[in-house]
Amino acid sequence: MISTQLPAIVLLLTLLSAPICSMIRNGDHAWKLAMFAVWLSVAAAFALMSQVWGGTTLSYHMGGWPPPWGIEVRVDELSALVLILITLFGALVISALRESLRTVMRSHRHSLYYATFLLCMAALIGITITGDAFNVFVFLEISSLSTYALIARGRDRRALVAAFRYLIMGTIGATFILIAIGFMYMVTGTLNMADLAQRLPEHADNKVIQASFAFFTVGIALKVAVFPLHYWLPNAYTYAPKATTAFLAATATKVALYVMIRFIFDVYGVEFSFSQMRLDMLLIPLSIAGILLGSMTAIFQSDVKRLLAWSSVAQLGYMVLGVALLNTSGLTSAVTHMFNHAMMKAGLFLALAAMIYRVGSSNLRDLAGIGRTMPLTTAAFVILGAGLVGVPLTAGFISKWYLVSAALDKGWLPLAALLIISSLMALAYIAKIVDAAYFQPVPDQHQNVRDVPVSILTPVWVFALLTIYFGIDTRMTAGVAERVAQALLSVAS
Amino acid sequence: MIDGLNPALILIVGALLVPLIPQPSRRVYVVLLPLVSMLQLILHPSGTFGEISFFNMTLQTFRLDGLSFVFGLIFHIAAVLGVIYAIHDDDPIHPTAGLLYAGAAIGAALAGDLVTLFVYWELTAVSSVFLIWARRTESAFKAGMRYLIVQVGSGVVLLAGVIILFSETGSVAFNEMNLDSIGGKLIFLAFGIKCAFPFLHNWLQDAYPEATASGTVLLSAFTTKLAVYALARGYAGTEILIWIGAIMTAFPIFFAVIENDLRRVLAYSLNNQLGFMVVAIGIGTPLALNGAAAHAFCHILYKALLFMSMGAVLLRAGTCKGSELGGLYKSMPFTTVCCIIGAASISAFPLFSGFVSKSMIVSAVAYEHLTLIWLMLIFASAGVFHHSGIKIPYFAFFAHDSGIRCEEAPLSMRVAMGITAALCIGIGVFPGALYAIMPYPVDYVPYTVAHVITQLQLLMYSALAFTVMMLWKIYPPELKSTNLDTDWFYRAAAPAIIKPISAQVARLTISTQQLIAGTATIGLAAFHHLLGPQAKLSRAVDSNAMVALVTLTLSIFLLLYLVLS
Repeated sequence: MISTQLPAIVLLLTLLSAPICSMIRNGDHAWKLAMFAVWLSVAAAFALMSQVWGGTTLSYHMGGWPPPWGIEVRVDELSALVLILITLFGALVISALRESLRTVMRSHRHSLYYATFLLCMAALIGITITGDAFNVFVFLEISSLSTYALIARGRDRRALVAAFRYLIMGTIGATFILIAIGFMYMVTGTLNMADLAQRLPEHADNKVIQASFAFFTVGIALKVAVFPLHYWLPNAYTYAPKATTAFLAATATKVALYVMIRFIFDVYGVEFSFSQMRLDMLLIPLSIAGILLGSMTAIFQSDVKRLLAWSSVAQLGYMVLGVALLNTSGLTSAVTHMFNHAMMKAGLFLALAAMIYRVGSSNLRDLAGIGRTMPLTTAAFVILGAGLVGVPLTAGFISKWYLVSAALDKGWLPLAALLIISSLMALAYIAKIVDAAYFQPVPDQHQNVRDVPVSILTPVWVFALLTIYFGIDTRMTAGVAERVAQALLSVAS
Repeated sequence: MIDGLNPALILIVGALLVPLIPQPSRRVYVVLLPLVSMLQLILHPSGTFGEISFFNMTLQTFRLDGLSFVFGLIFHIAAVLGVIYAIHDDDPIHPTAGLLYAGAAIGAALAGDLVTLFVYWELTAVSSVFLIWARRTESAFKAGMRYLIVQVGSGVVLLAGVIILFSETGSVAFNEMNLDSIGGKLIFLAFGIKCAFPFLHNWLQDAYPEATASGTVLLSAFTTKLAVYALARGYAGTEILIWIGAIMTAFPIFFAVIENDLRRVLAYSLNNQLGFMVVAIGIGTPLALNGAAAHAFCHILYKALLFMSMGAVLLRAGTCKGSELGGLYKSMPFTTVCCIIGAASISAFPLFSGFVSKSMIVSAVAYEHLTLIWLMLIFASAGVFHHSGIKIPYFAFFAHDSGIRCEEAPLSMRVAMGITAALCIGIGVFPGALYAIMPYPVDYVPYTVAHVITQLQLLMYSALAFTVMMLWKIYPPELKSTNLDTDWFYRAAAPAIIKPISAQVARLTISTQQLIAGTATIGLAAFHHLLGPQAKLSRAVDSNAMVALVTLTLSIFLLLYLVLS
């Protein structure tokens, strides 16, 4: 009974507890409720994954109205994987949030913060599971609005500016997507994604559909932070309150990437997107530029938060490149890296938040010698960093391996070489942090720094251990991704 | 017994806990740990366990069959003896690294696939180097570094071979391989480095004498015998091994005769003994493979015994140089007896362990009618007796009295030596127990009149030669000297040529680096200016610019789409 209602439950858990949280005055109680809701969602997400395991698709009709009239909720392996990504990593961040927020804001504001956080999560879950194109836009707006609120909560005044800029860019992106959906509705008269997919091919030569595709790709590229539309990202990540960044880095862009894959492959169709519109011709050069520029810029940063943010630009480039290469390995790498990178970046930002919690700054100067004063946190940071570089036996290696094989499958040796060079660049910026953490003397004012409380340390280490776990057991990441890739590509042929 | 639990994991995890345990109980713990793990191995049923999937490959991390059992067992015995031998030492590095090393070697011997083998292969390299560094001298540190480079290098070659093999066959199973493909050749080379093939052997004589007294005992047991196991598993019956092995048995003898450091003499004789096993693997008949396994088993014991006795000498007399020792039998009678037992075993005296295993190999060669190889092995047997059987005990404990008067070895060393000596004699007298655990059924009888007589003749004439040469004073005297081996070419000659070249290259590199750095500084400045990580550009302009950028992108996309379609 419950199992058939799971697609609704996974959304409602967070969506309903958000307003309740906002009404609870006591921050601690609100945190407990939020914890309860998100960990239940994690369980629900895993249950959904087990239901769709092997390639089945669940279709749930909201209110019993059958599609294409009613709103349909669709869960397949790809969306289940993204669900796990959102709920699990979100839940881990929330677990660390109570202790982490204590130094940032007064306790009576905490409940509002949790409410916003839950709302953001609910919106992201909604995007992932809905089968309705218009719903995607609605949830995208909810998630964006709550994200602005989360970023603006930062103690730094510049957080407001960053949030404002993110607001402008996000709104433009969402508007473009809305226009694209509107155009599609104009031509086909339907909003259901499966229905759209059926009706669009006959209108492939329609200029309106082609315009809608242009609006969609630019809008979503903005959300995914594809070069050159990535400028909002570094500031937004840098000035957001510490733990929030961990959640944003893990989820927001990844969900946008999910929407991108969904629309390009399922709604517009591979035939239209790549054979007719030659999307790959645009995305491949742009993503390569993003990879190189992001990695280069990251190397030159002195603020670790900003460094990690720029590295995200590069890593998102990997995922988009994987999509644009249009073969099984490439798509597998994109989906796997979406999951793995979310995990590693969330862990890195959380570990960094732990360091900021003690040191009060994320500048490399202040983090000097932190490997001695905060050994446990730094050790986890190094493991996660190794994952980002793509060291074997970490999750990052798996996804990069698939990406390099994708380049080799195409016979593009220079691209494979370039990917290895960019990995070396990743090594350079991680080594920069390791050098500061272990080989520089501890500054005088930070001599008394010690490791963070267990409540923050545990989630950080869970992320680090998961990075190693998913570097060895790849059934849930690469295994699912490979099936998803085959399914997405076989629709075309 | 816990079903499916790999004994190597017990040792590895247990070894990591050693430093945490305070001293009195640590002594008990380090002996009990390998015993527990040995029990797990003995009681465990055969089969493959511990399957994990990794990258679409199925790894079998735990494979127990006849061959892997023999090596797993003797590695455990060596680990127990090695830690007992070192129990008097308070330095926690030794038991930690030693047990980790033993665990890695056992894990490698039980590995059912090449990826698992690679992981343990590298772990043996990384863990064992601490046994060398634990001596804490400058030369030990350098020798350890050289050792580490060679060992890790062998692992890298192995990995390259495995990857190539996997791309060709799609399988990483660790079974019989051949030299037809480049992958097979690379794996063979990796095994060869660890097995100290001729011209790949220098790391052994370089590093083993530099390790601590107890470190060498452990080192001598695992690394090379692991390689023997790997060859027996992967390349049994590969003909070239017969020749490689025959050369290995013969050439170290000359170096051993003129070498002064008695532990280095033993290192050369270790190389020579490995040759016998390699020949046997090359022959590849069941009798020969049994011979290789049995010889590895016995060899670990008597070589450990010899290294133990020399370690005791090193500890008490402070040196292992033949020119400085002599007459120690008065001070260290027990050690002397044990050393002689070890020497008798390595020389394959009847009733000692070497005899029952080496005669299997020699017989296997004879059955295949490989006359030349047989002669080389006979020559090598005489040589072994000469340098290990006579030279070691003679120069250390007898010869001219050096005047050194020291204590007998500590109790822990004596216990370890006593047990090892008892095992050497026990196997020699009751070979049936050893033959019972061999991978193939054994119907071999070592004690026939012909075998015994041949062997005794050989030994007696060898002894006669030594005596005559000593009496006529034409035996190479024990001098303080450095003997040049083939490693001179890469340790002395090559650097002499390369250094001037590399200095030029370095100069060039530095100027290139400066050029790059200069360019990078300008580029960096450009980056900062362009991307504004520390943005000084005002917010309004920035947002406007971004919106303009978005609009521009949209128009380009639109234009392209409409034109393209």
